[in-house]
Amino acid sequence: MPWLLLILPLVAALVTALITRKNGTLSAFISLGSVGATLAISLLMVLRKDDASPAFTWIAAGDFTLEIGLTLDALSRGMMVIVTVIGTLVHVFSLGYMEKDESKGRYFACLSLFMFSMTGIVLANNFAMMFIFWELVGVSSYLLIGHWFTKNDPVEAAKKAFLTNRIGDFGFMIGILMLWGMTGSIVFSEMEGGAAEAAAGHGKMFGIAVLCLFCGAVGKSAQMPLHVWLPDAMEGPTPVSALIHAATMVAAGVYMLARVSFLLSLTDAAQVIAWVGAITALFAAVVATQQNDIKKILAYSTLSQLGYMVMAAGLGDTNVAMFHLYTHAAFKALLFLGAGAIIYACHHEQDIWQMGGLAKKMPVTFLTFAIGTAALVAVPFTSGFFSKEMILLTAYEGNKTLFVIAAIVAFLTPFYMMRLFTVVFFGEGRSHHAKDAKEVESVMKLPLLVLAALSVIAGYGFVAGLVFGDLVPHEQVPSIVLVTSLGTLAAGALLGFILYKGKTQEVTPIGFIREKFFLDELYIVLVRLFQDAVGLLAKMLDTHVVDNIASKGTASTVAGLGSLFRRIQVGNLQAYAFLFGVGVILVVYLLVFA
Amino acid sequence: MSILDLIIFLPLLGVAAIAFGAPARTTAKAVTGVNLLLGLAAWYLFDGSKDGFQLTASRPLIPVPEIAYAVGIDGLSLIMLLLSVIVAFCAMWMAPAVERHEKMYFISLLLIAAGAIGAFCSTDIFFFYAFHELALIPTFLMIGIWGKGEDRSAVAWKITIYLAVGSIILLAGLIALQAQLSNGGLTFDFEAWQQRAANDGIASAAQGWIFLTLLIGFGILVSLFPFHAWAAPAYASAPSPTSMLHAGVLKKFGLYGLLRFTPMLPEGLETWRNLLIVLLLGNILFMGFVTIAQRNLDSMLGCSSVMHMGYIFLGLASWNIVAGGDPIGYTGAVLLMFGHGISIALLFGLCGRLRERVSTLEMDRLGGLGKQVPVFSFLFGLAAFASAGLPGFANFSGEVMVFFGGFQGYEGGSLSRLQWATVLALWGVVISAVYMLRAYRNIFLGEQPDGLKVPSELAIDQRLPCALLVVALLVIGFYPKLFSDLLPL
Repeated sequence: MPWLLLILPLVAALVTALITRKNGTLSAFISLGSVGATLAISLLMVLRKDDASPAFTWIAAGDFTLEIGLTLDALSRGMMVIVTVIGTLVHVFSLGYMEKDESKGRYFACLSLFMFSMTGIVLANNFAMMFIFWELVGVSSYLLIGHWFTKNDPVEAAKKAFLTNRIGDFGFMIGILMLWGMTGSIVFSEMEGGAAEAAAGHGKMFGIAVLCLFCGAVGKSAQMPLHVWLPDAMEGPTPVSALIHAATMVAAGVYMLARVSFLLSLTDAAQVIAWVGAITALFAAVVATQQNDIKKILAYSTLSQLGYMVMAAGLGDTNVAMFHLYTHAAFKALLFLGAGAIIYACHHEQDIWQMGGLAKKMPVTFLTFAIGTAALVAVPFTSGFFSKEMILLTAYEGNKTLFVIAAIVAFLTPFYMMRLFTVVFFGEGRSHHAKDAKEVESVMKLPLLVLAALSVIAGYGFVAGLVFGDLVPHEQVPSIVLVTSLGTLAAGALLGFILYKGKTQEVTPIGFIREKFFLDELYIVLVRLFQDAVGLLAKMLDTHVVDNIASKGTASTVAGLGSLFRRIQVGNLQAYAFLFGVGVILVVYLLVFA
Repeated sequence: MSILDLIIFLPLLGVAAIAFGAPARTTAKAVTGVNLLLGLAAWYLFDGSKDGFQLTASRPLIPVPEIAYAVGIDGLSLIMLLLSVIVAFCAMWMAPAVERHEKMYFISLLLIAAGAIGAFCSTDIFFFYAFHELALIPTFLMIGIWGKGEDRSAVAWKITIYLAVGSIILLAGLIALQAQLSNGGLTFDFEAWQQRAANDGIASAAQGWIFLTLLIGFGILVSLFPFHAWAAPAYASAPSPTSMLHAGVLKKFGLYGLLRFTPMLPEGLETWRNLLIVLLLGNILFMGFVTIAQRNLDSMLGCSSVMHMGYIFLGLASWNIVAGGDPIGYTGAVLLMFGHGISIALLFGLCGRLRERVSTLEMDRLGGLGKQVPVFSFLFGLAAFASAGLPGFANFSGEVMVFFGGFQGYEGGSLSRLQWATVLALWGVVISAVYMLRAYRNIFLGEQPDGLKVPSELAIDQRLPCALLVVALLVIGFYPKLFSDLLPL
């Protein structure tokens, strides 16, 4: 049965891509049917606590084999539930959001392809299989970001996303190969056995290998310095942003770290991971405070929350990271779908300063967005509160400096969310789109309501325990962590509200931050320098040096042959070719018979 | 009489038929179509659990030295045979309209196909060599006669000189090898060579220089750095079916030869491994950057083909015959030969079709074609991603094995030269993605520049060969064990 989780979306993707692509509605329902079925299977597996691990050989060379094998444990079962729940809701939402899109069939085919690939990452029992699906989510993300491919921005963003991920995967593959050498296996369960010995034997190289592995997560989960693709990826349709670029795919890096948590605990290199996460969390939260595009704000918020998760994983508590991944999936998907509803209602206006007064126009969206915001900023009794508290606690116990950073992020989060919330929903409509906005239809409301409910209840033990079993962290939280959590929330939210209430434009414009510290520009320069310039240089060398030397060398090797031909004045190629053939045969005969 | 005889001589029969007035294009399509079915039949008849050559047939021609027309296939040659019949079929189907000497055109193509198939199926080294020569000559002719561009005869001369020199060097290597194995009389029987090498061995020093000779000889044929200068201009200039057949199939002859003869020279490989590593990095990194700098689609594809040879050489370099062990890199190299052959054939085929329809192949001046020609765009996208090593396509299964091969024997500690080369080669995967995605984006995606002539969609009968190539890539990409099981332990 677990194979069905892979087979159904693959079949749906193939059927919709090849057969029903022209019929958008039929494709949508095929795709929805497949994701619904996988949701049912995932829930069943969680309830039954299935732990089968079927496998078959994918490729073999002597005794060396690479397998396609599934692993079913509390971690993968829980992640499967997250992926299929959010997946199903996003499919439903897309029925409304993409209804009038002329390439609906292609859109749903790509969504199914994504579900297939993501499932593969979650269920993989070894690194080779994980890498295969890792690349495949990359390509489905590429296709979906570039859905509107006749416009320049989406296709540039898609390309950037794929290539940035490839850079991460470069390190990832090196890490896999090194750890294969050190532990003698790439199957997770077998690596666990050899890991301790490898870490003891090759301390420094082992750490390097783990960091190489982490590069994969840096790419996929958009950590610094490879974060640049995620904000650009917002060029894709908004439901895609919710599913892929907020809830599931970008969390795959964190999931991967959780999968190999036994490696992280063996090396100090994990400190680096924690720091990368913390810096990303801070950087992204700062940038989020100055963005004007509603999706960009949410994208930076996603970066920031992913940074939290990575930090927790680096500090050795992958259960906390996974717990936050789980609650974040619900409330961030909710926020993105809410943003989608707003954008839809405002005729694809994404600038928050062109919105305003939407609370009255779109009550359901308003209410659900409010719940999502509450969960993100960790209002008590929402799911985000529980998981963020755990994150802060992990930082507090692990490293005090990181705790301070995490606390600053916890202050910035309610600040930028209040800014967004106040500007979008309150005041007067600041454009005719905002003034004419109407609540979206039921097919889009339904996922919002379900996700809102989940954003509240997901954090409680009886729900989380159902999904993740005993992986759910529960610890006594010291009062300083609690105070930090509530204090930063109150301060950030209040400041955000006071500063932006009733405003019609940015009150504290800081160009440096709005331009994301000019990192994108820096990268463009670096690419020009190290890729295009080196390319041109290589091309020049190739044409003028290598070609000349090699051609001359080759020519002089045949000097005798050449002069022979020149002497007999063979002007045309056919004759030469014929002579050449005869000549070769003659040479063989002479050499052999002589 | 073996089924292999049929596969080799059917194209030659086709040549005769065309010469005697049969309609050229139809005959070529029919003959290669039947050949494709026969190739699949050979796969069906082949018993993967056995070692050595199968489906053999032999007709002695000369007693001393022992030359026989002898055919037979093992797993390696079966895979190359399948590659040949698939690409040959598709090349005939995708051949654009021929304005002059149509008969000669298809006769040449059939000769290339027959030569390649013959070379891969021959177990007699004389015929192995002669069949390759048979295929090379029409390749030169096609560039000279039907090639594009003002400088096509210069290009034709260049490839002719390069490959002729390669062939001569390679011939010298083979003769030297035979001299070392002459105990028991001169023979061209491959299995006898194998036997003698295994029994008597070859002196270490001799192994060294024979291997080097073969490496350079075969290497020139495969555009091993720095002997690659012929490749990109030749492919850019050649008619697209010729590029498909040469880059896809015939070029693999050199690699096939190296994989065949290296086991007789295990210490030779040891001696020259470091040199090989340097050269293959030239292919991957240096040519990778050269590829990035290309502005024309056809020369970019030509350069990319040169670059990707580096990965196959990496598979060869990681082959540790002396120490034994699992042939991981070897398996990867073979899979990659197949994957690269199919994907580059598809790319050149589509590129040829595109060239007929648009005025320029300069990528910066194209754009947004995906809207008008969705099928074309879809197929090109698949081929581009396959070529960039996306999982699910045969190329990836080969590459990943090559990389594992590179790290075979690593147990921690600092990296060996081979492992460093593997790391650098992995960077090449990023480079491939850069130029392939850039090309795809510049031609098919984004906004359409003003005044661009919109090409027509790929005709239905053109989609069949493309689909066949895609299916071949996907089948081996999804389940490479089909092929890896055919290879010897």
